[in-house]
Amino acid sequence: MDHAVVIPPEGLDDLIGILKTQGYQVWGARESDGALGLGPISSSSDLPRGRIESAEAGTVRLVDGPRDAIFDHTLPMQGLKRVVYPAQERLYVTGPDLAVKEEPVDAPPMAVIGVRSCDLAALDTLTTVFEGGPFIDRRYSQRRDALLLVAVNCMRPAATCFCASMNTGPRAESGFDLALDEVMDDGRHVFIVTAGSARGRKILDALSGQPASEADLAAALEGTRSCAEAQHRQMPAGAEDLLKRNYEHPHWAAVADRCLSCANCTMVCPTCFCGTVEDRSSLDGATAERWRRWDSCFGLEFSYLHGGSVRTETASRYRQWATHKLAHWHDQFGTSGCVGCGRCIGWCPVGIDITAEVAALAAQETSGTTADD
Amino acid sequence: MTESNIKSIADILAAHPLFAGLDPEITDLLGGCAKNEHFSDGDYLFKADGPADTFYLVRSGDVALELRMPGRGRLTVQTVPAGHVAGASWILPPYRWRFDARAVGTVRATGIDATCLRNKCDANPSMGYQVMQRFLPIVAERLQSTRLRLIDLYAPPADVGRAL
Amino acid sequence: MLPRPFKLRARRPELADTVTLELAAVDGQPLGFAPGQFTMLYVHGVGEIAISISGDPADSNSLIQTIRGVGAVSEALCSLPEGQMVGVRGPLGTAWPVERAVGKHLMVVAGGLGLAPTRPIIYWALANRDRLKSIDIVYGTRSPDQILYPQQLLGWSTTDDARVGVTVDRAGQDWTGRVGLVTDLVPTMLRDPAETVAMVCGPEIMMRFTAQALADAGVPQTDIHLSLERNMKCGIGWCGHCQLGPHLICRDGPVFPYPEVRDLMTVWEL
Repeated sequence: MDHAVVIPPEGLDDLIGILKTQGYQVWGARESDGALGLGPISSSSDLPRGRIESAEAGTVRLVDGPRDAIFDHTLPMQGLKRVVYPAQERLYVTGPDLAVKEEPVDAPPMAVIGVRSCDLAALDTLTTVFEGGPFIDRRYSQRRDALLLVAVNCMRPAATCFCASMNTGPRAESGFDLALDEVMDDGRHVFIVTAGSARGRKILDALSGQPASEADLAAALEGTRSCAEAQHRQMPAGAEDLLKRNYEHPHWAAVADRCLSCANCTMVCPTCFCGTVEDRSSLDGATAERWRRWDSCFGLEFSYLHGGSVRTETASRYRQWATHKLAHWHDQFGTSGCVGCGRCIGWCPVGIDITAEVAALAAQETSGTTADD
Repeated sequence: MTESNIKSIADILAAHPLFAGLDPEITDLLGGCAKNEHFSDGDYLFKADGPADTFYLVRSGDVALELRMPGRGRLTVQTVPAGHVAGASWILPPYRWRFDARAVGTVRATGIDATCLRNKCDANPSMGYQVMQRFLPIVAERLQSTRLRLIDLYAPPADVGRAL
Repeated sequence: MLPRPFKLRARRPELADTVTLELAAVDGQPLGFAPGQFTMLYVHGVGEIAISISGDPADSNSLIQTIRGVGAVSEALCSLPEGQMVGVRGPLGTAWPVERAVGKHLMVVAGGLGLAPTRPIIYWALANRDRLKSIDIVYGTRSPDQILYPQQLLGWSTTDDARVGVTVDRAGQDWTGRVGLVTDLVPTMLRDPAETVAMVCGPEIMMRFTAQALADAGVPQTDIHLSLERNMKCGIGWCGHCQLGPHLICRDGPVFPYPEVRDLMTVWEL
């Protein structure tokens, strides 16, 4: 890290103040209705200090953590996806003359404090999806460009995290304007701040803090190292080829026995981008609005074609989700679609664990059995 | 209809996709059961319920396999084009044709005496096996074609499942 | 991507449930396209669907689209009065690789409505006849009343430039033509399989069996091309609906060389 600065916890409010002066709405994780969500914050006291997730397959609860850290919690239920790709939005309005009036994008500058490396990786992949193909989604671009990102490097994982095995964390390497390492040792509680962009550097220079020492930097690195080590879940290596070899494996039917095709996983997943477009017209037919909204491959009508759906069974729909995320994403976008955030594991009502399913498939392929434990 | 000598019939048989590659002795043997025939547009090669005593390798033209239905007239169930075989019921008892076979336009075909062929196959099982090996794929292909037509694969969605 | 307004200049019934629309851009800018590409057609207040362009790529003054009414949007398009507006986004998708047929035998195999997305190939081929060894058009459909573009098929069959074979799955007594599956006809019309480029479009099962029949007859698999379809919403690679395995049909297709989709087509509910 070059040019790292150490600030006390109060420095966070200085940072928020600077961002507001520069015209940013400031957002961060907030606790509401027992869950963490992203929302506007006015000061660091709005952040869920001292709170952590108790997360396992099928359950996510907020509980008091072992220490009074500001950022020991990990992820809000939904990451930045909702900000750059609204759950629904109006695209245009038109009349029978097809004179189309495009809906302008409302994207005021927004600073988000506390973005984790997995969510940064997710944002990168959404950018590839919406800007990397032959057609560029300028609505996405406007919203993405309006973001200023203050990353936080995770010092502890939730039990559902597996970013280390996906090479997406816990340390943020790029894609942020500023990054914070929260260090609590020997009775001291500080933040080590580094910049990841030119405008981040300007903000860094405006913060009053001490230059970080070698020991400070070592403490930060040790924090993320032990976070990685503490992750006991991992995605088995070779998932891409494994899934492509096993379209017809009976294991998909076994997962389908549990899967409700409720689409929770696709809603909380920070990289799921599938959407649909629909018409909403006035009763008199004079105006029609074209809306775009999130959709999920778990829906029966998602693959509707010529009077019926292609994927009628839950097994083929679960297979589609997992195989798209872990295998076909490579062909389409050059990376894995999974960033190891673990949200799908926690938020699945029946506790289906994508890492366990891949491991089960690999084990059965090796042993030649089709029995599930 | 002219009778060619057996050797040139054997050449014709050897050149037909059904028998290409067979041992020359076998095509010679077959030649003894075969003769060239010529049909004009509308001529019948064979009729339903008739004895299945001659089947045909179609060399040029189209042969329509048909059924007559009271009230619906004459329906073609399959067109046998050049290079293919008209007639399969000669293989199994009761050796009677199920369909009419009618020439569409001018048809040149090699007729093979089924009784003669069956006798030769009985006498020479090795030859019989090779002939059956050639014939079975034709029947399988015809079955596949029929099955695919049964599922009405061009049906618009509204018609799917409707009584055909 | 916003739709461009096009006016319905003329409509022409083809079959009981199928209509060809002739659309003209309100701003006068022609919509140039390559054979095989499609557009997203929008009907005000109803919705938007993907339709392959079926006109002559050398004449882009009108946008020609043949549509079968099977749902809300397609039925609205089929019954749209002349003079009404249609929103058009496109052209989208990959094209039939017609240049690969230069110096070779071109065989177009179409089933049912598949003659609409392949008709642009035929227009191109006839205009480039001297660069091709031969043109064979093989067409199959359910029954004689379902034959698409019958006058054109007749016209093509009577020129020296192309050979046409037509067959129907079943027929009544008035039909004197061929009866049988289109795959029955393909091997009889191949001239030199190793030197043939084939382009196939129709129901997916028909394409699978036809491609297999072509490959069995000796046409190199990389010279067999299919046009696939899946549910499309955005048509431009953002909505995820049109996936077949790793492929986004709207962006990597709809035209694919057979080897790229052959194994995917046989996987259940992929």
